[in-house]
Amino acid sequence: MTPAQVLALDPLLIDVDWGVVGIVVLKVVVAFTLLLVSVLFMVWFERKAVSDLQNRIGPNRAGPFGLFQTIADGLKFFMKEDSIPDRADRRVFVLAPYLAAVPAFLVFAVVPIGGDFSDGNRGVIRIFGHDTLMQVADPPVGILFVLAMSGIAVYGIMLAGWSSGSKYPLLGSVRASAQMVSYEAALGLSVAAVVLFSETLSTNGIVAAQVPWGWNLWATGLVPFVIFLIAATAELNRPPFDLVEAEQELVGGFNTEYASFRFALFFLAEFMNVVTMSAIIVTLFLGGPAGPVLVGPGWMWGTIWFTVKLLGFLFLFVWFRATLPRFRYDQLMVLGWKVLIPLALGWFLLLAGLKVADGADWNPIAVVAVAAVGLLAGYGLLASALWAARRNRELEGEVSI
Amino acid sequence: MVESFVFAVAAVVIVAGAVGVLVNRNPVHAALSLVATLFGVAVLFVALEANFLAAVQVIVYAGAIVVLFLFVIMLLGVDQSEDLDVEPLIGQRPAAIAIGVVLIIGLTGVVLTSSLTGAPAAHEWVRDGAEVAQIGRLLFTDYVFALEITSLLLLVAVVGAVTLARTIRGETVDLDEPVPVLPGDPVDLIDEDVE
Repeated sequence: MTPAQVLALDPLLIDVDWGVVGIVVLKVVVAFTLLLVSVLFMVWFERKAVSDLQNRIGPNRAGPFGLFQTIADGLKFFMKEDSIPDRADRRVFVLAPYLAAVPAFLVFAVVPIGGDFSDGNRGVIRIFGHDTLMQVADPPVGILFVLAMSGIAVYGIMLAGWSSGSKYPLLGSVRASAQMVSYEAALGLSVAAVVLFSETLSTNGIVAAQVPWGWNLWATGLVPFVIFLIAATAELNRPPFDLVEAEQELVGGFNTEYASFRFALFFLAEFMNVVTMSAIIVTLFLGGPAGPVLVGPGWMWGTIWFTVKLLGFLFLFVWFRATLPRFRYDQLMVLGWKVLIPLALGWFLLLAGLKVADGADWNPIAVVAVAAVGLLAGYGLLASALWAARRNRELEGEVSI
Repeated sequence: MVESFVFAVAAVVIVAGAVGVLVNRNPVHAALSLVATLFGVAVLFVALEANFLAAVQVIVYAGAIVVLFLFVIMLLGVDQSEDLDVEPLIGQRPAAIAIGVVLIIGLTGVVLTSSLTGAPAAHEWVRDGAEVAQIGRLLFTDYVFALEITSLLLLVAVVGAVTLARTIRGETVDLDEPVPVLPGDPVDLIDEDVE
């Protein structure tokens, strides 16, 4: 059969516009390359920024300003011997690095990285005579896709630690799974506040709803942003929440037994997640590529604003690492379950109340007052429950009640 | 054609995953097969244009529930093959076989007596892509009783888990009895001759 006959089997493919297919392929390739290049840059940037903050010089041998250090490191990884421990579960051991890397790639597909959002445009650009968006895909449930992928990312770390057949990686992966599942709740609740204001789940719609300066950062009252930032840092296993690979206690954490290309995949996934998570924060809270058009074509300014905002968050994550000491494990759990989740829930309740009041023409001050009373009562209940639990623990081992 | 191709691939993944859950002796491998099945179901949801359900399927089942399965397996260290010679519940296996046979007969009957109706995709019911709004409205109006009962069920499960997990050590004290000094009280209250 000729290719034309094969395609004719499918009624959907008979009158396929090959221009559209070409654009989709182009977008996928561009996004993939862009992400890889930005990871190369990010690794260099992190090492350089941390060394500046610590009064060191940092990488300065490979290329100008040590820019090619990551490429040199990557080549070294490929040359290394690949080893699988005797007690490892071979199939899962080989599978785990890919389970970590693939979700990291996929999240980037729904991030709008450019486009003109001024004057009621919705980021549409024309390329080869076709209208398209500057993101690989814009599914109607875009932001849920992000949450789903960050939920899947835990498998890579978890299975890597378990399948190594070794004590410290297992401890690291047990920590990782508990930490990531806990902070996913806070992450999801702060995203819900954004969705409440944007009234859409599509990432393109969320950006379009924040034009020109109605950023969700202040529209949602700053609290969801702070919660999302903390929860995202924990989801990324970045300092100060890097208990997963706490080198002083766990040798190297979940990836201790990995070498060569497989280790490089974990490394890649980690830095890719930093880039994509920063991009998601920019999309959700800082209006993504939306911004004023100064001179020249509008789509170019979208990309410029996006890059500027993204760089800010990339530096923030590096700054966290250089400044904050690591949390203790019980502090991590207390922060997640007893502070962030109740706060996110209470704030969401308040925002929802204000939203309903806005629609029903109620007095917003009365709504805030009622909500404040309700939230205070909730806080009182929570505080007394925490007090009772602490008192119980103090008595534990001596008497039981 | 595209639809039937997607369905075929998803169905193969679902069935292979389900068989994998049964056949794998290693609990971690079985849990991973379950993830494959859940993903296949999510793909079918997408094919039916129920995007929200697909996302929730992945977030809740693959992202949380199976992760907790794995967490428990790792924490308890039961990642070895089970000894199948011991039957913990007497009569469990014959009962399972009997119920399975009845189920297979029932399913076969349904498949044989029904015909493919070609049920419409979700977009037939969803207006203007407001899928989430419609699901929310249904949950909090028509099905609000079922929703509340489910939340009660989850609450009971949580309370039960906490009760089971609580270890009780030390001698029991009845709080209704007046106790002069509890051991956890500030030190200056405790008689210094206790030792």
